Amino acid sequence: MADVVACPGCDLLQHLPPIPPKGRARCPRCGEIVATTPADPIERPLALALAAAITLVVANAMPLMTLSVVGRFAETTILGGAEVMWRQGQPITATLVAFCTAVAPTIYLVLMCTLLVAARRAPAPAWVGPLLRLAEHAKAWSLPEVMLLGILVALVKIADLATVEPGIGLFSTGALLVLLATLAVQFDPEAVWHRIAWVNPAALHHRGKGIAAVPDGDPNA
Amino acid sequence: MSTTPLTAARLGLVACGTCGLLSRPAGPGEAGFCRRCGSKLHGRHPNSLQSTWALAVAAAVCFLPANALPVMVTNAFGSSTPDTILGGVVFLFTTGSWPLALIVLVASFMIPLGKLIALAWLLISIQRRTRGGERRRMRLHRAVRAVGPWSMLDVFVATFTVALVQLDPLMSVEPGMGVLFFASVVVLTMLAAESLDPRLLWDRDPVDIKRA
Repeated sequence: MADVVACPGCDLLQHLPPIPPKGRARCPRCGEIVATTPADPIERPLALALAAAITLVVANAMPLMTLSVVGRFAETTILGGAEVMWRQGQPITATLVAFCTAVAPTIYLVLMCTLLVAARRAPAPAWVGPLLRLAEHAKAWSLPEVMLLGILVALVKIADLATVEPGIGLFSTGALLVLLATLAVQFDPEAVWHRIAWVNPAALHHRGKGIAAVPDGDPNA
Repeated sequence: MSTTPLTAARLGLVACGTCGLLSRPAGPGEAGFCRRCGSKLHGRHPNSLQSTWALAVAAAVCFLPANALPVMVTNAFGSSTPDTILGGVVFLFTTGSWPLALIVLVASFMIPLGKLIALAWLLISIQRRTRGGERRRMRLHRAVRAVGPWSMLDVFVATFTVALVQLDPLMSVEPGMGVLFFASVVVLTMLAAESLDPRLLWDRDPVDIKRA
């Protein structure tokens, strides 16, 4: 039963064929991707995640852009933008902006660096599982690419009224996008799931999490 | 031999929603937790149709004030001009940046509206057990999930315009209430797309449907 998976899109049970490196398999019924095989599923994503984490720090620390009009200057950073929104009476929107542009990418990259270091040796410790689960949630709400497009539109809108110059933060955000996109392609969560040691059902009981299901094809079952 | 496709549900198995591990449910009422990643197991997302409907309707309700109320108010030389999303599109178009006008129109108006229509159509087709075109509807569901975050565009445009243009008394831009409703539309439709379980599109078998 090792190579049998249920399609996440339509629940169809299927045998995974041997997939060549850098290939992927789609469900024959609904077309959902059921498996991918990146060339190097642990080391390369780890390098990319570390590089992205450094770029994220630079992107947040440096000004995104500078505005000048008749001898007056103003500049903003990513979190600075959210802070102004907060002070202007939009705390909910400000929190959402801060979460999607800075908090979620930070959580995602910190978790990815941690879990990839831990998954370098197999079997990976069981705590890697919850980290990976959390990382995938954080990734869904991390929207630096949308933010970059939003900043570009804002630049064009303001360009008529004042001189606007892009800053280091803006270029770092561009670099961050490339790194994050490459990381998403090079990382296969399945490679990490395969390395995780299964939780002992008795341990689950002790943590008050209730009954553990019996994995199909578990040799101990 | 049955012609019904063999699904995990037909074999009484549950695929973990997080890590994909196939498990036998611990009991009939309660599937239990995944042995590999610790997630709670569900045959199908619990109350998928109800929660998707609720989130989509809430998003549709917010869509009206999001477009009617200003997202930004520009104060310059003593006069203030409110700016709605579609007003911003017209501004970009008349100042000659029509590619950006098109991007903002698609991302801020057509995508949220299209998502709401698509979600309603998927929900109705599941509830009416429509047969045929599952692959096409599946592609639509994937598209709804993929484009979701891009509607956040105008929230970021407003945020960074407001953050930069604070040159009192010369000129300043304040956020309007429209931005809050607009952000709500985006978040609610993203949550709605996530809570819709695509496997419900394919469930034919009474066994599958019972487990939903």
